[in-house]
Amino acid sequence: MATEPPTAPSLVDRYFTRWYKADVKGRPCEDHCILQHSNRICVITLAESHPVLKSGKTIQSISYQISTNCSRLENKVSGKFKRGAQFLTELAPLCKIYCSDGEEYTISSCVRGRLMEVNENILHKPSILQEKPSTEGYIAVVLPKFEESKSITEGLLTQKQYEEVVEKRSNGTAGTS
Amino acid sequence: MFPLTEENKFVAQLLLSTGTCPRCIFRFCGVDFHAPYRLPYKELLHDLQKYLETEKDELILEVSNPAPKKIRLQELEDGTDDLSQNGEGGSSVGDGSADSKNLDLTVCNVCLGILQEFCEKEFVKQVCHKVETSGFEFTSLVFSVSYPPQVLVREHAAWLLVKQEMGKQSLSLGRSDVVQLKEAYKWIMHPLFSEELGVPIDGKSLFEVSVVFAHPETVEDCHFLGTICPDCFKPAKNKQSVFTRMAVMKALNKIKEEDFHKQFPCPPNSPKAVCTVLEIECAHGAVFVAGRYNKYSRNLPQTPWVIDGERKLESSVEELIADHLLIVFKAESFNFSSSGREDVDVRTLGNGRPFAVELVNPRRVRFTSQDMKELQQKINQSSNKIQVRDLQLVTREAIGHMKEGEEEKTKTYSALIWTNKAIQKEDIEFLNDVKDLKIDQKTPLRVLHRRPLAVRTRVIHSMETLFVDEHHFRLCLKTQAGTYIKEFVHGDFGRTKPNIGSLMNVTADILELDVESVDVDWPPALDN
Repeated sequence: MATEPPTAPSLVDRYFTRWYKADVKGRPCEDHCILQHSNRICVITLAESHPVLKSGKTIQSISYQISTNCSRLENKVSGKFKRGAQFLTELAPLCKIYCSDGEEYTISSCVRGRLMEVNENILHKPSILQEKPSTEGYIAVVLPKFEESKSITEGLLTQKQYEEVVEKRSNGTAGTS
Repeated sequence: MFPLTEENKFVAQLLLSTGTCPRCIFRFCGVDFHAPYRLPYKELLHDLQKYLETEKDELILEVSNPAPKKIRLQELEDGTDDLSQNGEGGSSVGDGSADSKNLDLTVCNVCLGILQEFCEKEFVKQVCHKVETSGFEFTSLVFSVSYPPQVLVREHAAWLLVKQEMGKQSLSLGRSDVVQLKEAYKWIMHPLFSEELGVPIDGKSLFEVSVVFAHPETVEDCHFLGTICPDCFKPAKNKQSVFTRMAVMKALNKIKEEDFHKQFPCPPNSPKAVCTVLEIECAHGAVFVAGRYNKYSRNLPQTPWVIDGERKLESSVEELIADHLLIVFKAESFNFSSSGREDVDVRTLGNGRPFAVELVNPRRVRFTSQDMKELQQKINQSSNKIQVRDLQLVTREAIGHMKEGEEEKTKTYSALIWTNKAIQKEDIEFLNDVKDLKIDQKTPLRVLHRRPLAVRTRVIHSMETLFVDEHHFRLCLKTQAGTYIKEFVHGDFGRTKPNIGSLMNVTADILELDVESVDVDWPPALDN
């Protein structure tokens, strides 16, 4: 089946800026990708280098229950001003991904803001997280404060910086092996 | 026939002697027919004096003892002695000339000159000159007047005085028995304006001439009310002073008579000067123009696109249309509205999208259908990015028809779609058979920052496909208004379900979108 590259920039290319955070919480290769829309909304996704997306991994389950008394599924927002949203710091956990090999990964917000929604589709069909990590397989949507819409990405890597990190990493691995 | 009756005579005498003008005297005597107010001031004053004088003997006979005494006391306090002379049947009132000359110059202690100097031909001419040079087109006018709030305090004082004296004669005078200053002023001014400008005065006219009076000398008259009834005077954002007419009126209704007497002289003192004219302004109520527009550019927003105070694109649909209207109608500003809106990169084809423009304070308002046709041509010749049709003058009420259509009516679109997988003609044909497909749309991410998060069910009534090549096809859709088409095609991160991608089991994206019709049958189509 012929699959050609898009002739025009993709939906993500057109409206979003890609930001990255490498080795989240000091865990090697656990890279996240934050898609920031021009209207400041952030979509939290897995970067393509994240271990979960490595070939051969199988996701057993995903849980938005991040502690005994806090579930991201309970997040409710109402009205134009999105009252009632859970507030997230950069380090706030969003969900846990359990793989069949026994590994467990925590996905973090990476940006300060209010949680708009989590992606319930990946609960029912975890494979879309691996198939389309940067669109339908997103983790959550976060709305940063208006006044912080620029500053929240200051500690993140640009696409270019991220690519350099990934390259260095593979060189390093090549060197040691 | 002189309008005052016997029982008014005493009141008239009292007020005249305390410095109140003849027209205000009429007001306190409840004269509610217009003609007497319209008499020239000099004549009025002369007639009033003569009237009071000729009947003086009778008056003296009528007057019971205590009343003049009371007046005398007040008069002495005020340092005038006219009435005491009267009361004693003195002869000084008789030598009219000096007296009337004196009174002629007296500024009324109630209306502060509004029913004196500002009823004169000269002032009418001054206002009319302003109206004529303002350049407004009008066929009638409504006249509005704003007087200083202290007039109410002074009127209240004069009323208490008159009420007290009438009480002694077992007569009563309610606050509402006094003819309002505004009323009397309009009775006098309306015929003068009408004659000078040659148009009728009409309370419903869209053209308003307003006169604002101030009287700096007596602004402090109101201030004592602020300490007595502080709750009546709450500062408001758009008011320069808390002493508005409404607030003062409220306070005067609340204040006890004895408290008022302690704070304010009855009768009120005579001011040195008449009111000043703060402004004479002309304004025309808004007029509305409606039509339909086509948008042929994918780089043109509907309204100015400004982010952080900076313009993203130099023009907009509303400016391309309304800038012309603004010039031709000589209006101050405009408000653009339409039946829905399209994105900056979406064209609007077919019969176009209904729109309306409110023109604020227009100086030109009379246009024939030929004029409107020419105006439409002018708009259309000035830009190839937009075209306008059915341009017409409409009423404010009719605009509602346009907004009604926003939710309930249908819209048709044409979209150019890309698929990641190669497709055959047969792969898209099934879409032609899909009818009234219900879709659930979460608020698109692109508008989520300013709209509530919700899942909305919308109906795709029908679709028609046209194969272009193995990665492209054209999709024509007829949908319920309020459907987000772009999201229905690409799925918005799976947030619109189902979507074209999920129906075809591909990744789909939308490259171009055109609105083919907005099915709202307003404004009426014109044959041009």
